[in-house]
Amino acid sequence: MKPKKTKEVYIYHKFERFWHWSQAALIFFLALTGFEIHSSYNLFGFETAVTWHNYAAWAFIGLIGLAIFWHFVTDQWRNYIPTTKNLKAQIEYYLTGIFRNAPHPTKKTTLSKLNPLQRLVYLGLKILIIPVMVVSGLLYMFYRYPQGSGVESLGISGLKDVAIIHSAGAFLLLVFVIVHLYLISTGTTVTSNLKAMITGYEEVEDDKAEEEKEDTNKKMDQPQ
Amino acid sequence: MKALLLFIFLTGCLLGLVAQDSPTFYTPRKDSPIWQQKSADHSKFEVLQKDFDNPHALTAACLSCHTERGKEVMQTAHWKWEREAYIEGRGITSLGKNNLLNNFCTGIGGSWGTCTRCHIGYGYEDQKTFDFKNEFNIDCLVCHDNSGTYRKGSGMAGYPDPSVDLGHVARNVGLPSRENCGTCHFHSAGGNNVKNGTLDMALLDCSPETDVHMTSEGADMNCVECHETEKHQMKGKYYGVSSMNRNRASCTQCHSLRPHINDVVNEHTIKVACQTCHIPTYAKVNSTKTSWDWSTATKLNEEGEPFSLDDTLGNHTYLSIKGSFTWGNDLVPDYIWFNGTADHYLITDIIDTFPVQINTLKGKYADEEAKIHPVKIHPGTQPWDPELKRLIQMKVWDKEPGKGALWVDFDYYKAIEEGMKSVEIPWSGKHDFIHTEMTLLLSHMVAPKEQALTCKDCHTREDGRLAGLNDFYMPGRNYNASIEKGGILLIILSLIGVIIHGGLRIFFAKKH
Repeated sequence: MKPKKTKEVYIYHKFERFWHWSQAALIFFLALTGFEIHSSYNLFGFETAVTWHNYAAWAFIGLIGLAIFWHFVTDQWRNYIPTTKNLKAQIEYYLTGIFRNAPHPTKKTTLSKLNPLQRLVYLGLKILIIPVMVVSGLLYMFYRYPQGSGVESLGISGLKDVAIIHSAGAFLLLVFVIVHLYLISTGTTVTSNLKAMITGYEEVEDDKAEEEKEDTNKKMDQPQ
Repeated sequence: MKALLLFIFLTGCLLGLVAQDSPTFYTPRKDSPIWQQKSADHSKFEVLQKDFDNPHALTAACLSCHTERGKEVMQTAHWKWEREAYIEGRGITSLGKNNLLNNFCTGIGGSWGTCTRCHIGYGYEDQKTFDFKNEFNIDCLVCHDNSGTYRKGSGMAGYPDPSVDLGHVARNVGLPSRENCGTCHFHSAGGNNVKNGTLDMALLDCSPETDVHMTSEGADMNCVECHETEKHQMKGKYYGVSSMNRNRASCTQCHSLRPHINDVVNEHTIKVACQTCHIPTYAKVNSTKTSWDWSTATKLNEEGEPFSLDDTLGNHTYLSIKGSFTWGNDLVPDYIWFNGTADHYLITDIIDTFPVQINTLKGKYADEEAKIHPVKIHPGTQPWDPELKRLIQMKVWDKEPGKGALWVDFDYYKAIEEGMKSVEIPWSGKHDFIHTEMTLLLSHMVAPKEQALTCKDCHTREDGRLAGLNDFYMPGRNYNASIEKGGILLIILSLIGVIIHGGLRIFFAKKH
């Protein structure tokens, strides 16, 4: 395997990294306590799990508030605008190119840091999964049985629907986390993505080097 | 600067208000036990300075000062042994010991002379002849004796035992103590703790583990401190005879509805009665009956005499007069939704459900009034008329043989004939035995808070305490099977996908 020619680019701002890692920790902790409440295992004890799950939920909601604010004042939300450009190439990369040591089809820059697949998945998380988890979680917390005043107008007569949606979302988040953790290793080098999210700087493939490599790839594509 | 200080001050006040919403644990209602607060010393009353041979004369002496109390007492269920109630599906119904049956001693019809030992009157020998309008028939002493020497005679229709010195008792009256209430309520259904399982003589002097309120090591509370009484009307309902959600005794007479530090636990009080967590087991000291089978009664031994069999704890497992029993100690309650209303099997009802429900405590999750309550469900096997499809009232007791009493003559046919005659209900002449169930709320013998149930007693997938209440979703117990399977499958698939993908990358990397 030939070493790729790389250069370091500043991708993730300080706030972004803080947001990412606190979100990661909170989602991990929410899953840990949440699945205990779901009776998947015993760890902290049910009452402690409920108490800490609720605290963590508030911290998570606070963090989401900060993140939304940051995305809008910095215009970073544009990173999540879905695009079909390069989408097919990105899929092909994960299905075949990655095994041939092909170059990443999407170039990361500070302004555009997500590939088209990431854009789609993260947008789905942000506008679908996370809101569903937050809303169902808040209903879970403030639901007061049929005679309660809080959510009576919504006509919720029991926890069933709320709880099932919340646990379905939790399973999807777990699946996301598994795949997400694996994809860390698919950067320019195995650790470059991780390093980027820690330091802010990522090693990306040098454009000049790319051109040379593309030639090599063409040759490799030919039947031997 | 001033504005800033004012702002800080106001913010502080606001936070203070929020913080003040802290739980209140217990509000003691009185400074000292109420039975110590006598407002009159009856030993100084002139009218009581004599011997009384006639208990009616003693009642007259009581009423000569307490002139209106007789009328009050005659309005109570303790006196009338019946009350009017609205029951859904029946309308306004008169319910009482004359038209209700249970699955312990079954009913009073025909056997008044012994059953009315627990009536607060003298001479309730027959439903038709007893004068419920004569206030001199009231027995003041059975509830107000503070001398500890009063007792009603056996089989004497409520009259005192001849050995009692009535004058002495009269000079030592006061508010009812545990001993007074317990005389009847601990011995309901013919023996200590038999019926309910939390009304036990052990409460007369008990440890905090037995009853955290009545323990002599603690508040040492008296029955009437919770069963508050006004004009002789006592708070509290026994749903073997009561039907309506009114004048119930409740924990919240002293405790708040937010007594726990954890607010999530406090929210449970919307749907869970205090008793559910705080009475984790019943029959904690003495055994309680867990079934009663009348079908085996009337067997006699070789000498033609009735006999009894006992278990190792000394509880009767068989009595010729009553049949076979099972007993239990330290039992885990059943749990039901209960909204404070109940229906009952009336002696005139035609049976259409099996096992026959002696009483039906109503409620379900969606019912806003309903809370989860602990209960003892007592199964019985008792005589019924298989043709007319009614439970049977048999005559169990009489002073003398030959009058058809089961406990004297050991003849079911005659006992049923006499019993049904006494309640004026037709009988086909045939009898058989049928399974019945009676539901008894458990509200006494509250355990110390350390022994209260914990979350996992109910919030668990297998064998939780509430496994039988399935009309609602409970976190930790319920889940959607498809979501669960689908979720786990997705996780497994993604793990497999990641491993294959990663494996291929390593494989190809080596190849290159």
